[in-house]
Amino acid sequence: MNLHYPDTSIRDILRRVKTIAMVGASPDWVRPSHFAMKYLQRKGYRVIPVNPRAAGDEILGEEVYGALADVPPTFEMVDVFRNPDAAGPVTDEAIEIASEKGIEVVWMQLGVVNREAAARAEAAGLSVVMDRCAKIEYGRLFGELGWSGVNSRIITAKRAPFGR
Amino acid sequence: MSGEKEKPGPVEYGFETRAVHAGAQPDPVTGARATPIYQTTSYVFDDTEHAADLFNLSRFGFIYSRLGNPTVSVLEERVASLEDGRAGLAAASGHAAQFLTFFTLLEPGDEFIASRNLYGGSVTQFGLSFKRLGWTCRFVDPARPENFREALTPKTKAIFLEVLANPGGIVVDLEPVVEIAHEAGIPVIVDNTMASPYLCRPIEWGADIVIHSTTKYLSGHGNSMGGVIVESGKFDWRQGGKFPGMTEPDPAYHGLTFYETFGDFGFTTKARAVALRDFGPTMAPLNAFLTITGIETLALRMDRHVANAQKAAEFLEAHPAVDWVSYAGLASSPYHELAAKYLPNGPGATFTFGLEGGFDAGVRTVEACELFSHLANVGDTRSLIIHPASTTHRQLNEEQQIAAGAGPDVIRLSIGIENAGDILRDLDQALGAA
Repeated sequence: MNLHYPDTSIRDILRRVKTIAMVGASPDWVRPSHFAMKYLQRKGYRVIPVNPRAAGDEILGEEVYGALADVPPTFEMVDVFRNPDAAGPVTDEAIEIASEKGIEVVWMQLGVVNREAAARAEAAGLSVVMDRCAKIEYGRLFGELGWSGVNSRIITAKRAPFGR
Repeated sequence: MSGEKEKPGPVEYGFETRAVHAGAQPDPVTGARATPIYQTTSYVFDDTEHAADLFNLSRFGFIYSRLGNPTVSVLEERVASLEDGRAGLAAASGHAAQFLTFFTLLEPGDEFIASRNLYGGSVTQFGLSFKRLGWTCRFVDPARPENFREALTPKTKAIFLEVLANPGGIVVDLEPVVEIAHEAGIPVIVDNTMASPYLCRPIEWGADIVIHSTTKYLSGHGNSMGGVIVESGKFDWRQGGKFPGMTEPDPAYHGLTFYETFGDFGFTTKARAVALRDFGPTMAPLNAFLTITGIETLALRMDRHVANAQKAAEFLEAHPAVDWVSYAGLASSPYHELAAKYLPNGPGATFTFGLEGGFDAGVRTVEACELFSHLANVGDTRSLIIHPASTTHRQLNEEQQIAAGAGPDVIRLSIGIENAGDILRDLDQALGAA
């Protein structure tokens, strides 16, 4: 696939964003979306789950909404945990309500690539990241991923951030 | 912050820089510049939920040093960086790394294909001990890549080879083997111990997993055992259900699916979280520290190893007591061209030669050495000599020994980084004694 995003753009997104609408968030704790949601909450993000099959339920202390347009507060980022085909309509929904909800970023998860949808989002002024996991990128850029033997590609003589 | 200047990525940092720095930042608490030896078994949890998240793999961090240790993880990231891989996992030895790899890949009844030109210990591990676990290894002559295709069966799950083969002199043409494996939907595993990532980077040629005995050139000083697995992150584990351990919910982790959850570092994550956890061949922090320190000078050492090996091979080739020399750096070697392709910085420093006087002359030569150490290792700063048929390849039968390049007349040298004149003088006097 070879999608390349400079570390600075990813780092900038992760620093700027405060609230994330997670489309496809699962109440099942062994699903990747649940892992990512819990991790991102720990790192200080508010993550609002969007999942029509669980609408009205609660995941990790947050009420689940059936559609992006139903989420009451503003949110800077849409994190898409859906297959590449489903990512198209989700992206269009985000474009539709972007100014109303303050959406700046459409982020498609690891394995999710929809270039047509990405082009539409970029044409509408949104930033797009595809085929990346927000949890993994956070861990990589803020010094935690090396703990798992992952090649973070970070070389620096500065003291490591003090994280837990 | 936005407006922050773009920090240079690893693409701009060269091999030698990464060999010194990758994975190692100054300590967050003390500012210690060298990597501290975290000589601890365990790590405190903030609360029970923190503990549960760590055990469930839903956050990154350390639990217990069998699974991960901060000193060891610096080594893992460093080797992953030098191999241009996605992630690394260290183990107590190269053999342990191989076991963890195959335990993660194979189900009982599965098969894999291996080059017959391997370290003798690998031939024994694959051919005998793995058999008892229900894993069948089919050995083939790697000189003809099509031999790998002809050995494929529906149960074949991987191809394993050494590009620069032990005991020396043989180079395997990796690219066509990668093509055959990927057509069959299976990964290629390369044991890159004899070359080190300074001389050969198999992932650049399409290999999916690289294994090292770090005991050899990576640690480099003959003082610490270790192994590392590196995954490229590029292999698609779906392949029509061929690798259920990667793509189906794992009962060992409450139904977590490793490939879906961890993506391009799913293989090493599973090897750590299941195989290393349940079998326990962990690298010690002190060994990781010594290996990290060794890797800092890898490029310098390998240049000297190769230069000395070339001189020794040329000297032996011209010596009247020597029947043949198998070193791919010699123009006379049938592997000279393949070495230029895969090992542009030199074809290593471990090679074999045969004496006119056969077995008895070989034994006398080994015993007459003063500077060369007679021992069963390679990749030390010191020059080493051994008679493989009676030691490293002793468990093989004579036919296997000859096939592996370790017949009765063969002497193996691992050329060190001493003064080249001293190395040649010792060989000369030892050959005179034979």
